[in-house]
Amino acid sequence: MVTQLEQPVEEKATEKKMRKVAIYGKGGIGKSTTTQNTVAALAEMGKKVMVVGCDPKADSTRLLLGGLAQRSVLDTLREEGEDVELEDIRSGGFCNSLCVESGGPEPGVGCAGRGIITSINMLEQLGAYDEDEELDYVFYDVLGDVVCGGFAMPIREGKAEEIYIVCSGEMMAMYAANNICKGIMKFAETGVVRLGGLICNSRKVDREDELIQEFAKRLGTQMVHFVPRDNDVQRAEINRKTVIDWNPNCPQADEYRTLARNIDNNTLKVIPKPLPIDELEGLLMEYGLFN
Amino acid sequence: MLEGTTAEIRERKALRINPAKTCQPIGAMYAALGINKCMPHSHGSQGCCAYHRSQLTRHHKDPVVATTSSFTEGASVFGGMANLKTALSNIFNIYEPDIVAVHTTCLSEVIGDDIPMIIKKSAEDGIIPEGKVVIHTNTPSFAGSHVTGFSNQCAAFVKYLAESSGETKNVLNIFPGWVEPADMREMKRLAEMVGVEYIMAPDTSDVLDSPHDGKYHMYPDGGTTVAQLKAMGDSFLTLALGPLASTAAATELEKKCKVPNKVLELPIGVKATDEFVNALRLAGDTAVPADLEKERGRLVDMISDMSQYLHNLKIAIFGDPDHLTSMVSFLVEMGAKPMIVITGTPGKKWEAKMKEICSETNPEAEILAFSDIHYMHQWIKNNPVDLIMGNTYGKYVARTEKLPYVRFGFPILDRVGHRAFPSVGYTGGMRILEKITDALFDQRDREDPDHEVELVL
Repeated sequence: MVTQLEQPVEEKATEKKMRKVAIYGKGGIGKSTTTQNTVAALAEMGKKVMVVGCDPKADSTRLLLGGLAQRSVLDTLREEGEDVELEDIRSGGFCNSLCVESGGPEPGVGCAGRGIITSINMLEQLGAYDEDEELDYVFYDVLGDVVCGGFAMPIREGKAEEIYIVCSGEMMAMYAANNICKGIMKFAETGVVRLGGLICNSRKVDREDELIQEFAKRLGTQMVHFVPRDNDVQRAEINRKTVIDWNPNCPQADEYRTLARNIDNNTLKVIPKPLPIDELEGLLMEYGLFN
Repeated sequence: MLEGTTAEIRERKALRINPAKTCQPIGAMYAALGINKCMPHSHGSQGCCAYHRSQLTRHHKDPVVATTSSFTEGASVFGGMANLKTALSNIFNIYEPDIVAVHTTCLSEVIGDDIPMIIKKSAEDGIIPEGKVVIHTNTPSFAGSHVTGFSNQCAAFVKYLAESSGETKNVLNIFPGWVEPADMREMKRLAEMVGVEYIMAPDTSDVLDSPHDGKYHMYPDGGTTVAQLKAMGDSFLTLALGPLASTAAATELEKKCKVPNKVLELPIGVKATDEFVNALRLAGDTAVPADLEKERGRLVDMISDMSQYLHNLKIAIFGDPDHLTSMVSFLVEMGAKPMIVITGTPGKKWEAKMKEICSETNPEAEILAFSDIHYMHQWIKNNPVDLIMGNTYGKYVARTEKLPYVRFGFPILDRVGHRAFPSVGYTGGMRILEKITDALFDQRDREDPDHEVELVL
């Protein structure tokens, strides 16, 4: 009886298993931009992807949708009560990607963490993840730090199984990444969530590539891709588009295609080993200040 | 029923079994009911309010009315402002109270609703009618206990309402602490006998024990009026009865309106009642009336008549800190031995005070704050006692251990006496004495072997 309980619920054998990915990282590091550009590349490859924005600002899908066109799950819940249809809260975006915004309260009131719990539960209830949706990927784009239980919702209970952390060679971004690894470690011990790797969103820090590769190695993971800094990203953003949508032929579009391919082919999924603070600082000294 | 409880005591840190406390809001709700034409309002989901109302109704056997913000998923995420504003509008339109006393719940505390801001917005939006008042207190149940909630609500009366006009009146404030309506009535009788003009707040007499007249009154005649709460700022002195329940309000009044205060124990037993009566006498600058002296004499006479049964009587007792302080002092006055004294409310200072009180008859007494009824039960198995005292939840222990049981404290869900007869004052002391000896003698009459049954006890 006990062994039965301890066994994880077996996924039904289907031809394709949905991969559940969450993107974390320091606030302002470019999580939403990186997520949407990667999703655009995956969608271009023919993958069926759903993006769930978990940020009260509800700006995780604007590039895929071509503007802030999406009514959030929580706004819909507030206005229409609990009797919500999937169509009310999910819109089609670039290359048939599916977009959902969790949304949340205005700054300073209510509980944004509870909001994420509520909206993810609602998506499950409404069957957004069901097999007949035939999704290849679901991406959770989660705001800044994992400040409370609500923001950890996407990595609890096997909702997301692979985490990618967006970071740069800047100290605070690496601190945040290290901290997020502590959260993943905690949930990984009891669940299925694993770290898939670091995505370096370059800030043009000296030896950034090597630094993040070394940092990733010490965490027990890998750098999935080094995304160079390119103003085409901003140009596409001003046009409310992902880079691939805005100019499929520019070099930056290929960078996101590479990132998407690397994620699609990734099989290295680990329980991270967060660094003690002095080791992290030592790493920064070695690669940064002594140059 | 609790036959499975063993004598083996294991150290428990995070676990309470059969706790000797409940949530803050129930205390706030009870205090608010002691205000005339007041609607207690629970800012949270419906379950909190429903539980507290039903528990108070079961204890007082009178319908307890309170309203709720009825939180849903939406309110938990977006904050409870919209719900509270709608609630206030409905409450004033439909139920027409003079005052609404809002208290929070765990949910609204955790999401951090800013109640003063919501009250201010409601006032600006014209939701609060002219001359009506909305006050609030924070009552998170993960801190303190139901007594803390009572104390917070009393302090909120002062914070929001007490005013000083600059002129000090010859009126005494009495914060009665968390006692029964019958106890408040008895305290008022004592003050009147001594001849002191007073304001008591809160005052649940004639609210939760209102007479049956065939009609339903949402707001019975009793309770401290808003005008009286305001006037408390002009009184010359405050008597705060029950340190845990009343000190916060008295201190607030001193801070806000410079009314000095005297904190006393609840007047249960001879000594504590003497202190209360003496404080009344000093405040009124009068003498203790002869009739009151006689009441005292009758209590002392009863104690001495029964002393052969009370001397070294081993008692296990649990309840709320203020109640226990006075009740255990009274037990010590009788010559009884408090063996174990338990409360669920946290408080290290209280433990030290109890230790000192018990030392007169039992320096080895086991005193624990933030403990539970299960611990008391296990302890009794190792250290036999003659009698258990506590609220209704202790009756299972008494039943299992086949011990006489005296109900005392909050809540009492299965007897009616507490609503009618006081435990405070000299007459209250006589009632407690009667209950203790009745419980002991009933047990003997029922269970002694034939050849030992006594006609005269």
